[in-house]
Amino acid sequence: MLLSEKQITQLKRRVRETPHPREMILDVLHAIQDANGWVSDEGVELAAIILGLSPLQVEEVATFYDKIYRRPVGRKVIHICDSICCWSRGSEALMQRLQQLLGIAAGETTIDGMFTLLPTCCLGACADAPALRIGKTLYGKVAIEQLEAILDGERTEVSS
Amino acid sequence: MRTCEPLLFKNRRIGETVFLEGYRRTGGYQGLEKALRDMTPASVREEVKASGLRGRGGAGFSTGLKWSFFPSDDPGEKYLVCNGDEMEPGTFKDRQLLLADPHHLLEGVLIACYALGIGTAYIFLRDAYRQCAANLEHAMDEAREAGLLGDNILGSGFSCEVHVHRSAGRYICGEETALLNSLEGLRPNPRSKPPFPAVKGLFGKPTALNNIETLANVPHIITGGAAWYKSLALTEKGSGTKLYGLAGHLETPCCVELPLGMPLGELIRDFGGGVWQQRSFKACLPGGASTPYLTAEHLDVALDYETLEQVGTRLGTGGVVVFDDRTCMVAATLNLLRFFARESCGWCTPCRDGLPLVCWLLERIELGQGTREDMTMLQEQLRYINGRSFCALALGAMGPVDGLLRHFAEEVEDHIRLGRCPLQA
Ligand SMILES: Cc1cc2nc3c(=O)[nH]c(=O)nc-3n(C[C@H](O)[C@H](O)[C@H](O)COP(=O)(O)O)c2cc1C
Ligand code: SF4
Ligand code: FES
Repeated sequence: MLLSEKQITQLKRRVRETPHPREMILDVLHAIQDANGWVSDEGVELAAIILGLSPLQVEEVATFYDKIYRRPVGRKVIHICDSICCWSRGSEALMQRLQQLLGIAAGETTIDGMFTLLPTCCLGACADAPALRIGKTLYGKVAIEQLEAILDGERTEVSS
Repeated sequence: MRTCEPLLFKNRRIGETVFLEGYRRTGGYQGLEKALRDMTPASVREEVKASGLRGRGGAGFSTGLKWSFFPSDDPGEKYLVCNGDEMEPGTFKDRQLLLADPHHLLEGVLIACYALGIGTAYIFLRDAYRQCAANLEHAMDEAREAGLLGDNILGSGFSCEVHVHRSAGRYICGEETALLNSLEGLRPNPRSKPPFPAVKGLFGKPTALNNIETLANVPHIITGGAAWYKSLALTEKGSGTKLYGLAGHLETPCCVELPLGMPLGELIRDFGGGVWQQRSFKACLPGGASTPYLTAEHLDVALDYETLEQVGTRLGTGGVVVFDDRTCMVAATLNLLRFFARESCGWCTPCRDGLPLVCWLLERIELGQGTREDMTMLQEQLRYINGRSFCALALGAMGPVDGLLRHFAEEVEDHIRLGRCPLQA
């Protein structure tokens, strides 16, 4: 079940009520992603049904955005900023250390399905460089030595 | 130390958000009240034009002039779109404003809509700014409750609806026509201009587009008047204040509101805490990732639109990113170009294929494998890409390359001559 009947009905009602339903594509994709972690082919098809569009019309939008995941991701996605301010304050070393700690390369997911590691562009936290985002939490002024504790904290937050 | 009475940041306390009560306590919504009570839409437009306000989103186009092209008096559906994509590396000012004081933007949006005869506004926010979206939505609830949003605002007969749109990443969504496609739920490649958005924009209707900071200045222009607003700048041609970003190799990176036209060196020394680790200043991006570098010889230059154009660069978004004397400018430029190449929307060849080629050339040079021909090719790409791309992303991308070849040609040549990066021990 990608979305509950209730959610589908609600979204369909909003689609009916807005003058420009297509404008809701990202809202629907976000809803599916929030519920499932990512947007599968079936997710694209469901979005198309809700919006009254063809799957292709949804797909060409879904594949454009890097924060809509069209492939499975871990329970938490680590977005590490690799843009200029963070680069100038050591993001490359952070990225290497993260890969080491997680035992994966950028773009991969840990075997336990916990984390996916993705580089991202500027998070708008340039004064707190180097910055990274894990799930919904933004971490600024990250020192290499803090990484292990940050990952541990994020792991326990999920299990609790 | 030069400071100024802040306008946009007047309610800003780090870590706190001011909502309606606090905003009103310092004069909030007086601009809207004055506009609705005492001014016609045309006189609001006139005031903004006279103020000399220029767009804070990067291009620096005169806001008054842009508004004068808008069919304000035509009947029919028209839209205001506020650009809050803010994804240009080194730019984080709009986020600071929305974290501190969301009503500020809302008041600006409402006055702009009144001035332009618009009944519906969209605020487009990037995916990462969820807290900003939540702040704005709360502010909108409060405003609606207080009769400041919705039907018949403050009993004036003027009605306006505002929607917050949450995006899902990609820098190109900040380009105004790509943003319109994104809002409509289409694939956000840019559109061809003309027709300009003011003629045929969102859903095919006339659309005014402005940056968050631009709109947040409008209430102050209305309450204080154009002449006063203009007098705030340090430069003769400039006007108003600017939210400067300070990032990179500084002791105290921050975002600070100061008069437009702050001298670069003073800004870095007094507000950035100087270059970090007691190193010296080598170069900076004056206004975000797409602006050609300034060097140590430019420390006296005033950070304003005209003065920066005179030294071959742009004020852009006002996000200053500083590099210390140990930075390899080839490596810095490579980092910037990788960003632009990755964020290219892929629509046109000069950008889609040209930027990866530029990255490849910079990589070779940085690794010590570059040749003189590579440097010539890099130079040629400036000509091949600039002016030939479908939108301004590729032009902006070549800004740092232009700066590198103008100011640091010797450093590039050293890489080639030595067969390695001269800055790496
Ligand atoms: C690739 C690209 C990205 C842009 N990103 C932004 C942005 O994030 N925010 C913004 O206000 N303007 C951005 N702009 C500039 C807009 O196209 C437009 O000029 C601006 O929003 C107009 O508002 P203003 O006149 O108030 O500055 C971008 C332009 C380009 C070419
Ligand atoms: S210049 Fe780049 S971003 Fe702009 S349309 Fe061409 S490919 Fe897309
Ligand atoms: S460059 Fe990393 S947050 Fe802006």
